Amino acid sequence: MEKFDAIVVGAGPAGLSAAYTLADNGLDVIVIERGDYPGAKNVMGGILYSEPTSQIFPDFWKEAPLERPIIEENYWLLTEGSVTKVGHRNEKFGEAPYNAFSVFRAHFDKWMGEEVKKKGGLVICETVVEDIIQKDGKVIGVSTGRTEGDIYANVVIVAEGVNSMLTQKALKMQKMNMKEDQLAVAVKEVIYLNEEKIEDRFALEKGFGATIEVIGDATKGMVGTAFIYTNKESISIGTGALMSQMIEKKISPNDLLEAFKSNPMVRPLIQGGETKEYAGHMIPEGGYNAMPKLYGNGVLVVGDSAQMVNGFHREGSNMAMISGKLAAETIVEASGKGDFSEKGLASYQSKLEESFIIKDLKKYKNASEYFDHNTELFSLYPELASDAMYNFFKVDGTPKKEMQKKMMREIFAKRSKTSLAKDMYNFWRVLV
Amino acid sequence: MHSVVCIKQVPDVTEVKIDPETNTLVRVGVPSIVNPYDMNALEEALRLKDQYGGKVTVITMGPPMAEEILNKAVGHGADEGILLSDRAFAGADTLATSYVLSTAVAKISEEEKVDLIFCGKQAIDGDTAQVGPGIAARLKMPLLTYINGVQECDPEQNKIVVKRKVKSGYEITQTQMPAVITSNRDINDVRYETMPDLIKAARFKAKVWGNKELQLDQKQLGLNGSPTMVRDIFAPEEKQGGEKIHFNPDKPEETVDMIVNKLVPSVVVPN
Repeated sequence: MEKFDAIVVGAGPAGLSAAYTLADNGLDVIVIERGDYPGAKNVMGGILYSEPTSQIFPDFWKEAPLERPIIEENYWLLTEGSVTKVGHRNEKFGEAPYNAFSVFRAHFDKWMGEEVKKKGGLVICETVVEDIIQKDGKVIGVSTGRTEGDIYANVVIVAEGVNSMLTQKALKMQKMNMKEDQLAVAVKEVIYLNEEKIEDRFALEKGFGATIEVIGDATKGMVGTAFIYTNKESISIGTGALMSQMIEKKISPNDLLEAFKSNPMVRPLIQGGETKEYAGHMIPEGGYNAMPKLYGNGVLVVGDSAQMVNGFHREGSNMAMISGKLAAETIVEASGKGDFSEKGLASYQSKLEESFIIKDLKKYKNASEYFDHNTELFSLYPELASDAMYNFFKVDGTPKKEMQKKMMREIFAKRSKTSLAKDMYNFWRVLV
Repeated sequence: MHSVVCIKQVPDVTEVKIDPETNTLVRVGVPSIVNPYDMNALEEALRLKDQYGGKVTVITMGPPMAEEILNKAVGHGADEGILLSDRAFAGADTLATSYVLSTAVAKISEEEKVDLIFCGKQAIDGDTAQVGPGIAARLKMPLLTYINGVQECDPEQNKIVVKRKVKSGYEITQTQMPAVITSNRDINDVRYETMPDLIKAARFKAKVWGNKELQLDQKQLGLNGSPTMVRDIFAPEEKQGGEKIHFNPDKPEETVDMIVNKLVPSVVVPN
């Protein structure tokens, strides 16, 4: 009977970061992944942050498969026929240690898997963990769908991603009755274009990349965002919105993406490209309020399974990686004491609370729920911004003073002064 | 029973495209797999081991990255895996490849007598079906190609009876072991790996034999030892649909006449 120091369920950013840190500390770790290889089933919009990644894989950009270092980030407020833009480009983002990269999870996670193997960790693919093995209230292993498929360990790390069946069913660690406003559905396409075209269209120096985050018409006013990221020879383009709102508006994720692609502000960026990949995924948006119990007797929960996503800052994989690392460090300490009980693993919670993960999730804990019932930021405000900017730039002989009055009048016609003040207060309350 | 299975890493041709200008395979970004016929050959060897005991050794010739297919074979239950890898082997055709493989088999047999050598009937990238026969010829062993199943195996008497696919049907053939067998795909269903075998495979490190270990004749290796010349590569012409004859229900004899007149000259129907 095989017994390991730790079993990791799922070869995503959280699981592989945990496995790497464990193997690096000399622990005997096995990763079980259902896909053909690490990354085969993993989906992300495509931006990987440098700082958290290098906490686990120092200088990773020297070897890892990356697309483009991101030197420019943009926000777009989109309406059907206009866009109001704000962005920032900085040369510092184009130098080591960089700020962010566009990546394909399928390539990057495969690389992480190889790094785990180099440190002596085992990675077993095409294998589904079907259940958790427990004895006397303690998690002692997992059973897989294979012959003689039970394996045992001191600790199991659940890193199986969003909609984690093990923490719902076998472990009962998740909150009951997850609501539709705690999940978003996102779809993306990878559209191939040659390098020069991408660099011309986004005004980029050779090899560098840009991002655009879009709210407004991109989600037809639903709470969600769209994105456009530059890869080496392709553009990742996608849309995502809260499931509750898609159900309410009866809009399918695919229709949303098609509408976004054909918006005249977006169309010229992707024109002439060939769609080569299509992917869809759920994103846990419940945040702090939806977080499960994070540790138990012989078990830890990391990444998306632990609802660690900050939707408003497009952050998920960095929380996944850091939570994996913190889980691994907890296990290394527990191994020193030989105590893998709930008490012995409790320091995982305090490590998370001291890190940006729980601090950030707490900060935005009411955001999804607030915006689910108050969608103005996604529906009305892009329109208001468009009207204001249109009047500001339009030259038609109106004296400037009158023009400004007209601008304000039009805004107040769409949203009363009191409502505007209330919105500002509420945005400030849930976002700042 | 000691079987040696020769396997090959090939591009997954279901995902390969042909460059319309050069007529060569576009291999960029195409995943590598174990030649599917070889997996059936391995499975057959494993079944004999399950039945009669013994050992299955897997060998492959290829670049260092080909080691991963040996791990895959160990995951299915092979006991030993040897990677035959050396810069001198690069560019080998079927002649030079069978030279290296047969020398390796002879060396393995010195350490532990080999009873059967399994190969897939052909590789899906080159489709030559020459390496198996090449090994048999060099080792002067009986050769059984296009096997659809092992019907009897008697390790005591060194006897093996197999079912072969031949042009007009099947043939049951008996021969003495050691022998070389090349297998079809419908011979068996490849097993689903067990967890212990997968863990063993994840930990497995293949032995690597190069020219130093095999002591080969340089002139018969790699490009030097490969007389095959590619004269031309072309994509087969797409088959066009045949002529359609419309049936006229009012005058069936007219349609029949038309068909007979077409078929008789083309000797499909004897006059």
